Amino acid sequence: MIEIENVRKSFGALEVLKGIDLTVQNGEVLTVIGGSGSGKSTLLTCINGLEPINAGTIRVDGTEVHAKSTDINKLRQKIGIVFQQWNAFPHLTVKENVMLAPRKVLKQSRAEAEAMAVRQLEHVGLGDKLDVYPTRLSGGQQQRMAIARALAMSPRYMLFDEVTSALDPQLVGEVLDTLRMLASEGMTMICVTHEMKFAREVSDRVAFFHQGVMAEIAPPDELFGSPRDPNLQQFLAATH
Amino acid sequence: MFDTAMTLNDVMFLAQGAGMTILVTLIAVVCGTVLGIIFGVVRYQVGPVWAAPLTFFLDVFRSIPLLIQLVLTFAFIGTVMKIRISGFSVACLVLTLYTSAYCAEIVRGAIESVPPTLRRASRSLGMTWGQDMRHIVLPLATRVAFPSWIGLALSVMKDSALVYVVQVTELLKSTQILITRLQEPLFLLMICGAFYFLISFPIARIGGYLERRWSND
Repeated sequence: MIEIENVRKSFGALEVLKGIDLTVQNGEVLTVIGGSGSGKSTLLTCINGLEPINAGTIRVDGTEVHAKSTDINKLRQKIGIVFQQWNAFPHLTVKENVMLAPRKVLKQSRAEAEAMAVRQLEHVGLGDKLDVYPTRLSGGQQQRMAIARALAMSPRYMLFDEVTSALDPQLVGEVLDTLRMLASEGMTMICVTHEMKFAREVSDRVAFFHQGVMAEIAPPDELFGSPRDPNLQQFLAATH
Repeated sequence: MFDTAMTLNDVMFLAQGAGMTILVTLIAVVCGTVLGIIFGVVRYQVGPVWAAPLTFFLDVFRSIPLLIQLVLTFAFIGTVMKIRISGFSVACLVLTLYTSAYCAEIVRGAIESVPPTLRRASRSLGMTWGQDMRHIVLPLATRVAFPSWIGLALSVMKDSALVYVVQVTELLKSTQILITRLQEPLFLLMICGAFYFLISFPIARIGGYLERRWSND
C-alpha cells in the first residue's frame, strides 16, 4: 500500500505539490492525468525518493520513504519506475541492461539473473533482441526493455511517468499493450499519462491534478462521464 | 649526411635516455591518472564552490610552465626545506601533479557527459551511488575521456624532455650530450625524433584500436 499524506514539494519559490493526500491499495491501477506543470510527474519521483519533499509523509508498505533511517536503495527495489525517456544503458546489451540490477543489487547469480532477464524480455515481446545493443532498437522497443528492466527486480509497485509521450504515434500501442498486460496480471500501478482512452480502460481510479492539487479522483466512468471539477471539465473538453 | 662518427655505444646511450623518458612518463601518467580520477570525481561531486581550493591548486599546475615548476620545486625542497632529494624524484613528483591537473579536467568533463537521466534510472533500480559510478558512469565516461587521455599521455611524454633541468638525463638531454661531442646536430636530432616517434606511435595505435572496439553502434 502506498500512503501519501499532505505532501508538499517546492522547486525554489515554485510550489508544485500543494498538499496531496492519496492512498493506493495493492492491486490497484491508478492513472494520473492533468496538464503539464500540474505536479503529477513530480509526485512519482517523490514516491521512490528521487526527490525530497518539503512537508508531509509518503509511506510504502508502512516504511516512510523520506525518513533518515530508511534504506532508500532497499526500498527502491520494491518500486519500479519507468520514465518518459527510456534511459537504456548504451554500453550494455538488452539482456545485460535487464540483468545488471538483479546481479548487483539483489546479488543474484549470473544464471539466475539471466533466466529472469530472458523471462521478462520475452514477456514484453523482446525475446528475439536479447543480445543486441539498445541503440539498434526502436523507441517503443527500448521503452519495453526499460519496463522489463524494472520488472526484473520483482517490484511490488510500478510507477509509469508518461512512458508513451516521447514515442512516435505508431509505437505508442505496443507500450500501452504491455501496460495493459501488467494491469491484468494484478500489478499495483500508478500511471501518469496523457492517453485518455487507456486511462479509461485500465484504471480502477483516475486522479486529475491541477496546479499542484489533486482536484478530483474517481473511478474512470464517473470521472470521465460526469466530471465535477470545472478545471477537469475544461481539461477533458480540450483533450477530446 | 649519413657519414657519421656515431657508434653502437652512442646508440645504446640514446636508448638509455629513451628508457628514462619512458620511465618518467610511465610513473607520471600512472600516478597522475590515479590522482586525476580522484580529483576529478571530488570536483564533480562536491560542486564548484567547495571544490574551489582544489580547482585553484590544479589551475596553478596547469598555468605555470613546466620548466619553472621543475626548477622551483627542486629549489624549494632542496634548499628551503633542506631535504635531500634526487632530481629523478622531483621530476616524477612534478610531472605527476602536472598530469593529474589535466586529467582531473578530463575526468570531470567525462562524468558530466553521462546523462543525469541514465543515473536516475540506475538509482531507481536500487543501485547505490557506488554501484552507479562503477557500472554506469565509469564505462560511459571512460569512452568519452579516453581519446583526450591518450592525447594527455603523449603530451606528457614529450613534455618530459624538460626534466633535464633537474639533472635527469632523458632522451633529449642524451642527444644534446652526443651533439656536443660529435658535432652532428641534424643527424642526431633526427635519430632522437625517431626514438620519440617509436615511443608514441604504439600508444596512439593502441588508443585507436580500443576506441574502435568500445564503440558498439
